[in-house]
Amino acid sequence: MPVKLYLSTYAYQTMIDQEQVRKVAHLARLELTPAEEVQFTTQLNDILDYFQQLSELETDTVEPTTRAIDVSNVTRRDQREPFDDREELLEAAPDREGEFFKVPQIMGGE
Amino acid sequence: MTSAPVKTQYEAVIGLETHCQLSTETKIFSSSSTTFGAEPNTNIDPVCMGLPGTLPVLNQKVLEYAVKAGLALHCQIAPYSKFDRKQYFYPDLPKNYQISQYDLPIAEHGWLEIELGGEDGAAVKKRIGITRLHMEEDAGKLVHAGSDRLSGSAYSLVDYNRAGIPLIEIVSEPDLRSGVEAAEYARELRRIVRYLGVSDGNMQEGSLRCDVNISVRPVGTEKFGTKVEIKNMNSFNAIERAINHEIERQIHALETGERIVQETRLWEEGSQRTISMRVKEGSSDYRYFPEPDLGPIEVSPEQLHAWHAELPELPAQKRRRYEQELGLSAYDARVLTDDRAISEYFETAIATGAPAKPVANWVMGDISGYLNKQKLGITDIGFSAANLAKVVLLIEEGKISGKQAKDKFAELLEGKSPDDLFKGEEKLSDLAVLEPIIDQVIADNPKELEKYRAGRNNLLGFFVGQVMKQTGGRADPKLTNQLLTKKLNA
Repeated sequence: MPVKLYLSTYAYQTMIDQEQVRKVAHLARLELTPAEEVQFTTQLNDILDYFQQLSELETDTVEPTTRAIDVSNVTRRDQREPFDDREELLEAAPDREGEFFKVPQIMGGE
Repeated sequence: MTSAPVKTQYEAVIGLETHCQLSTETKIFSSSSTTFGAEPNTNIDPVCMGLPGTLPVLNQKVLEYAVKAGLALHCQIAPYSKFDRKQYFYPDLPKNYQISQYDLPIAEHGWLEIELGGEDGAAVKKRIGITRLHMEEDAGKLVHAGSDRLSGSAYSLVDYNRAGIPLIEIVSEPDLRSGVEAAEYARELRRIVRYLGVSDGNMQEGSLRCDVNISVRPVGTEKFGTKVEIKNMNSFNAIERAINHEIERQIHALETGERIVQETRLWEEGSQRTISMRVKEGSSDYRYFPEPDLGPIEVSPEQLHAWHAELPELPAQKRRRYEQELGLSAYDARVLTDDRAISEYFETAIATGAPAKPVANWVMGDISGYLNKQKLGITDIGFSAANLAKVVLLIEEGKISGKQAKDKFAELLEGKSPDDLFKGEEKLSDLAVLEPIIDQVIADNPKELEKYRAGRNNLLGFFVGQVMKQTGGRADPKLTNQLLTKKLNA
């Protein structure tokens, strides 16, 4: 099946640079200090190097896959089974207001 | 004299992305209800809330409905399809990712046919390509506290009832060229999903939402102009007006040398214009990756065949059949097939042998008029298709007049049987009864007879009127005319 294993695209790159670390941090909404950027660049490269070992394997004859277990078409019937503890779900959130979940201001003012 | 400079002609290139809510009982990956308008956060569960340790499982109806929609849109159904995670941070998304489909959507490479044209003009058919159709979950709904505007809120409240509601996203090719075409495309899409019974297509409740991608370019050029996305139209008319406005705006920008920015704009119904929406920073990098919690989907050829066999006759097929086999006009065919229940009513009536055109006239005229006025559906009235067929046949056979039938419309709507309603009301065409009445009318009006014979031919109408009066309007008009003319000239 024509499925690309996403990790492999990273594994083939030898290095991740500080600029990429900054971008990933931004996408994850993480604020990193310059020292942390350097530290994570090293650590992420170590992880990628570790995965790089996989490329030693001969995979030309192996079908790409996204998963280890070979099952498909797992579905359920369209039948209602309401969850009966709404209060527990609301309580589990960091903040609530009555029957709503409460979240911080989404964008700054003009 | 100087000639006017040749004005550049522009054309718009438009594609639509339509989100359509599927009419399932439960959510796409969990067993909570999908009922619209429930109290906030009552239709939620640990799966749609993305709590740790939970696993999503695909609702089999969602797959069936998505495949049927794909088949109805002439798509190729993927033999192997999968779900992916689309990552973005926004509080309407409890998991910080949306389960969607990325590179292996369930359906691709289809088309639908739109039909344009007025009541008198000939219908123009155009095929619009469908790029892809995929399954995904809806997000929750934000309520902004303290202000209507997002930016003025101190905080937001979230209702996750909608999170996990099953959607299909249908992406068209950029084959549309005007607001009218785009609105008609959206209407046809809604007709199709309604015919299939996979969605109610209700725009006000958000069951059908269209985003428009639009650019303009000088006619004859191949290269696309800068694309702008418009959102927030909640009716077909709004789609048409938003596009027309945006075409004007972009042409004006090009002609005045202003730069068109690739952005998302919102349609403002109040001011009838599009306004620029703040761009979500970094939002274009969704970092899709395969959803590890859901297995792939492999629709077997047998299953595909079975679902295909369950498809109803679709609006475009019906329109063609009504025109070609029933001899109706393109306009009539379009009106009658707009709603599946109406078309079924019409077909039930003509199946009994009543002729198509008079039945069509009743359905599109008095009956539709009544339904629209009372905001009712065709199944809400007592006037059955079988009774309509009887009435039309009585008129066609000359037993009652169209006027007599219309006079009893209220009773027919209540479900009264035409047999009972028109018993003893049939047109008087029995010579043994009619002739003496006519003779009497002539004998009672000697002055008029004299004038008639002196050349006042228009007095025929007076005599017809007298006969109608004597018979309570039941005298067969054609026969009455014939007999009177013969006797007056005798």
